[in-house]
Amino acid sequence: MFEMPANVWEWVVIANLLIGGVFVFIGSLGLLRLNNTMARMHAPSKATTIGIGGVLVASVFYFYQVVDEPYRIFPAQDLLVVFFLFLTAPVSAHFMAKAYLHKHPPQESDLPQPTNGVGWATFKSLKSTHDHP
Amino acid sequence: MMQLAIYFCYLAVSLALLMNIWRLYIGPNVVDRVMAADTLVINSMVLLILYGIQTKTTLYFESALLLAMFSFISTVAYCRFLMRGDIVE
Repeated sequence: MFEMPANVWEWVVIANLLIGGVFVFIGSLGLLRLNNTMARMHAPSKATTIGIGGVLVASVFYFYQVVDEPYRIFPAQDLLVVFFLFLTAPVSAHFMAKAYLHKHPPQESDLPQPTNGVGWATFKSLKSTHDHP
Repeated sequence: MMQLAIYFCYLAVSLALLMNIWRLYIGPNVVDRVMAADTLVINSMVLLILYGIQTKTTLYFESALLLAMFSFISTVAYCRFLMRGDIVE
């Protein structure tokens, strides 16, 4: 178990595995520990995606350079998984943010009160266009 | 050394899965639960890839691709259902 790596590709695989494991752990820790839903959405959609990218790139290097000769292939499926995940993680995070905003629409009472007594321009203009079409 | 790195990744991903299950259990609203289920599937996909590296088989790559696709499609379906009350209109 403790034999040293033979060549530089094995070091590359080990570094990618460690970075991937740490980022996957940090992503789920953020999902557990952050304090509201919109903040919690950041951790799985960014940190976990980078961690999965690390583990899958480690797998690509392992099966392409490190493993013994009869098993050696170029794993194109792994690159497909990385491509697919990097493409779909922002889309699913966007969908979840839209669903959350649909379930909990933002209220003017959630915002801090402005100091000059005018009110927030977004809500003001919405109300004025409804009052005077 | 390589085995040690793989065992470290097993430990990190297993703790991540436990934290996802805890968030799936306590989640204050339904979007948190959808997010936790999505992350749970993706982390179990990492576990499959690690097992493939350890046993030197390429058998689990296609199932990893299938898990990634099912995770994305189920998240989109859940969010469509929350937003529109329907999935396919």
